Amino acid sequence: MALLTFKGGVHPPEKKELAEHKQIKILPLPEKVYIYTTNHLGAPAKIIVEPGQKVKTGQKIGEANGFISANIHSTITGEVIEIVKMTNAATGTRNDVVVIQRTGDDEWDLIPEHGDYTKKSPEEIVNIVKEAGIVGLGGAMFPSHVKMSIPKGKKAEYLIINAAECEPYITIDNRMMIEKSSEIVKGIKIIMHATGVKKAYIGIESNKPEAIEKMKEAVSGEPIEIKVLKTKYPQGAEKQLIYAITKKEVPSGGLPLDVGVIVFNVSTTYAIYEAVEHGKPLVERGITLTGEGVKNPGNFIYRIGTKVKDLLDHVGLVEEEKIDRILYGGPMMGIPLPDIELPTFKGNNALTVLTKDIVPKKESFPCIRCSKCVQVCPINLMPYLLKLQVEKREYDKAMEYGLMDCIECGSCSYACPAGIELVKTFKTGKKVARALKGRAKK
Amino acid sequence: MKLNIAAAPHLRTKDNVRSIMLDVLIALIPSFLVSAWVFGFRAVWIMLYTMILAEGMEIFIMKVLRKQKNFKPDFSASVTGLLLAMNLSLAVNWWQIFIGVLVAIGLGKHVYGGLGKNIFNPALVGRVFMLISFPIAMTTWYRPFYFKYDTITTATPLAILKEHGVEALYNNPDYAINLKSLFIGTVPGSIGEVSAIALIIGFIYLVIRKRIKIWIPITYISTVFVISGIFYMIDPSKYASPLFHILSGGLMLGALFMATDMVTSPMTVKGHIIFGVGLGFITMIIRLFGGYPEGVSFSILIMNSLVPLIDIYAKPRIFGTVRGGKK
Repeated sequence: MALLTFKGGVHPPEKKELAEHKQIKILPLPEKVYIYTTNHLGAPAKIIVEPGQKVKTGQKIGEANGFISANIHSTITGEVIEIVKMTNAATGTRNDVVVIQRTGDDEWDLIPEHGDYTKKSPEEIVNIVKEAGIVGLGGAMFPSHVKMSIPKGKKAEYLIINAAECEPYITIDNRMMIEKSSEIVKGIKIIMHATGVKKAYIGIESNKPEAIEKMKEAVSGEPIEIKVLKTKYPQGAEKQLIYAITKKEVPSGGLPLDVGVIVFNVSTTYAIYEAVEHGKPLVERGITLTGEGVKNPGNFIYRIGTKVKDLLDHVGLVEEEKIDRILYGGPMMGIPLPDIELPTFKGNNALTVLTKDIVPKKESFPCIRCSKCVQVCPINLMPYLLKLQVEKREYDKAMEYGLMDCIECGSCSYACPAGIELVKTFKTGKKVARALKGRAKK
Repeated sequence: MKLNIAAAPHLRTKDNVRSIMLDVLIALIPSFLVSAWVFGFRAVWIMLYTMILAEGMEIFIMKVLRKQKNFKPDFSASVTGLLLAMNLSLAVNWWQIFIGVLVAIGLGKHVYGGLGKNIFNPALVGRVFMLISFPIAMTTWYRPFYFKYDTITTATPLAILKEHGVEALYNNPDYAINLKSLFIGTVPGSIGEVSAIALIIGFIYLVIRKRIKIWIPITYISTVFVISGIFYMIDPSKYASPLFHILSGGLMLGALFMATDMVTSPMTVKGHIIFGVGLGFITMIIRLFGGYPEGVSFSILIMNSLVPLIDIYAKPRIFGTVRGGKK
């Protein structure tokens, strides 16, 4: 059978072998955690604790502030020692961070309304998800309760579970499916119940046969189907995933719901299960600590807000002079860390430590119009033409050429034999174009 | 710990412009060998001389005239040089070649801003300049395996066709013209254009290495096949067969290696098809009705000039939109 996929894309070295057979381990509790008020897309949470205050694991320390925002919780039991300002590498903004010192073992502050989902109304479930502060754990960190509240007049037909995990190196979703398959299926059923969706698909790349097998067993008898996808980057990009499975194109500038689809990541689904069934707010999640610069790569459950340095201490790093960069996430879209002392946030599904021999020495050439960027763009843009427009600051023209449609997957930059920074230009171009547009409206 | 901060993606393809150019040079090795076999030492000398001259001139222009101290050769000039040599007659001499290379690298490439900026295929700019400047040397042909130059000359298959018609074509006393000789390359012609099979082997190498815009040669050759086929069906006694047209002259070299020059061809598959069909039409118009026996060089230069327009016209439909607007 031909594997489902989309047009374009690239095939970077997978590097999954570093961690894919390592069982998920629960890491010991950290001594200190740093909880960003921007642990999600949207407005920063409003802090509701003060320095000196004792907090339990799962206790709410910040409240969602606005429609697109999310609660934040203490991820250990201890004492709030200070509130500081730190830059969040994921959102690029400087926000308050609640620093909590651990005083002992976990004392849980669970969500009281949890329990059997079948006895709950959709509104009640959405409310638990909201209380639990769950956001998209694939990396986008979009508040899940907003996604689960289907607006009036729209209808979600399909639920798609994004289990493609197309980023090289990262293996946590793969391990979650192998080790927690029945919990994930229960999570899917909770989302279906809350959104009224009758049919769910789980999209998994073909390079995860064990996960495919386990999930197939777990879904038998349920209206949930496993869809095996071709191993290709960016197979897990939302629009490409939806296209591969339903053959529907999310309209330019639109949302998956415009084609009747909602998409949740594997880890998000698991978090929803944990919140609804066990009342656990989002305080921990799975992560892959990997890369050639890590001595013992593996998959772990860790407390959100743990410092990167503390996490990496558990796996060990190779000699300092060999390390080139450390990334939040994988090598294709990952954000390089300026400093190892930074905390983690909800969207961290991996820390990838790349060594100097892996990161290519860049040699720049002029564009020779080889058209590789056009071939690989999953959105059918003409990256080389678009770059010219952005560089000329012709933002109107650039938008006509689809600047805002760029999903920033980086396939163009990956494939460019001239080493041209295409996607970087588009990212900054989008920011500027958005700012200019905002000003025009005012 | 000192950490590097750089833009994603943090992995990059191992390919670079230099490795692409090297692959093109590798793909031209079979043609190089066949030319050496058919035309002898003089062909080898011209090919090496042109290639080294082109690369040297590029280094001089970059380092001295454009003051790019860190310039490292990317072999694009070698490709230009070798392709120019393959488009030359054996009768040209060293200073004629020097002028041709100067025009190709200087006027064809660097006046536009160097690699990637030129509109026209630089090798063809050089070749056409030489054709106009040195018409006799550029259209003097020698028989295959006839290694005593400057004495007896002959005509290319296409020239025989233009001058004497189909009858004369297959009854040529100087050497055999049949599909087999055209395919292998034992006919007179430009140094590197004669052997279809050698060029095809190189092309297959580039296809395997994913280094070539394959739709350009496919549509170009198909268009030539269809147009010559129509005329052949109308009057086979007057017009040559489509296979003859495909295998003779510079069509194979032009379609496989000159029209597919990345810098001077369109960027999308739709663009490649438009480009290839246009090339086929212009080539056949020149061959059938024009004053020159051969039209490959001119058709490529004409279509090169249309590339910016084709690129804008042949934009792919952006994902999630309908053609001509948002969904």
